[in-house]
Amino acid sequence: MSSPARVRIQTDDFDLSTEVAALRAGDGGVGAVTSFVGTVRDRNSGTPGEVSAMELEHYPGMTERAIEAMIDEALRRFDIRDARVIHRVGPLQPGDQIVLVVVSSAHRGSSFQACEFLMDYLKTQAPFWKKETTPEGARWVDARVTDDEALARWGIAAGNSQAAVPGAPV
Amino acid sequence: MHITVRYFASLREALGPSESVEIAEGSTLGALRDALIARGGAHAEVLARGRALRCALNQLMADEATAVPAGAEVAFFPPVTGG
Repeated sequence: MSSPARVRIQTDDFDLSTEVAALRAGDGGVGAVTSFVGTVRDRNSGTPGEVSAMELEHYPGMTERAIEAMIDEALRRFDIRDARVIHRVGPLQPGDQIVLVVVSSAHRGSSFQACEFLMDYLKTQAPFWKKETTPEGARWVDARVTDDEALARWGIAAGNSQAAVPGAPV
Repeated sequence: MHITVRYFASLREALGPSESVEIAEGSTLGALRDALIARGGAHAEVLARGRALRCALNQLMADEATAVPAGAEVAFFPPVTGG
């Protein structure tokens, strides 16, 4: 069964090197590690510098559980050794690290794929919500259709940005 | 029967973080949403049909056809935007 340490939701920053080392530790079968770091941009669709701050909200309990299930699915789909996900919540600034996905495998192909799969899954299925502060005030960030399309490549219907369409699956 | 309804993000700002709700046995998530809309006011506004909304049952993503068991924890929230 999975260790809860595979998923961490925290306000603190994280260190990529530390997490990669921890994932590889004690597993001589690891020949490849793929990582993804998402960072807070200073803009959304608009002007550079328009976003001065961001606040991340999550659903304690469900968020961890959802990402654990995503890692289980990645382990079923790809020939990988292990994976870790860290997602920050609370107040963040432009330039801050926000999310980390690290995947280990014997050979590079499967960890590249699994890393992208986990991010595509997380973007539309993990309960997090971003609120950004701009000169016009604070606003909740809208979901993107392109994120639904990214997950569809893996044969999974996201139903996230499309949730508003009458009759669409919620 | 009693259930707990939780709200997140913009819905939490409008309705508060959670409330205890009494619904008929066998109600679906969709019927629960309709019952909350029928209260009018802020509930009718933020839960309105046609609004982007997702829901979870006992901390798993669910669709509105799902039946709600007694004592359940239901959540309504906007499309997710993490990562």
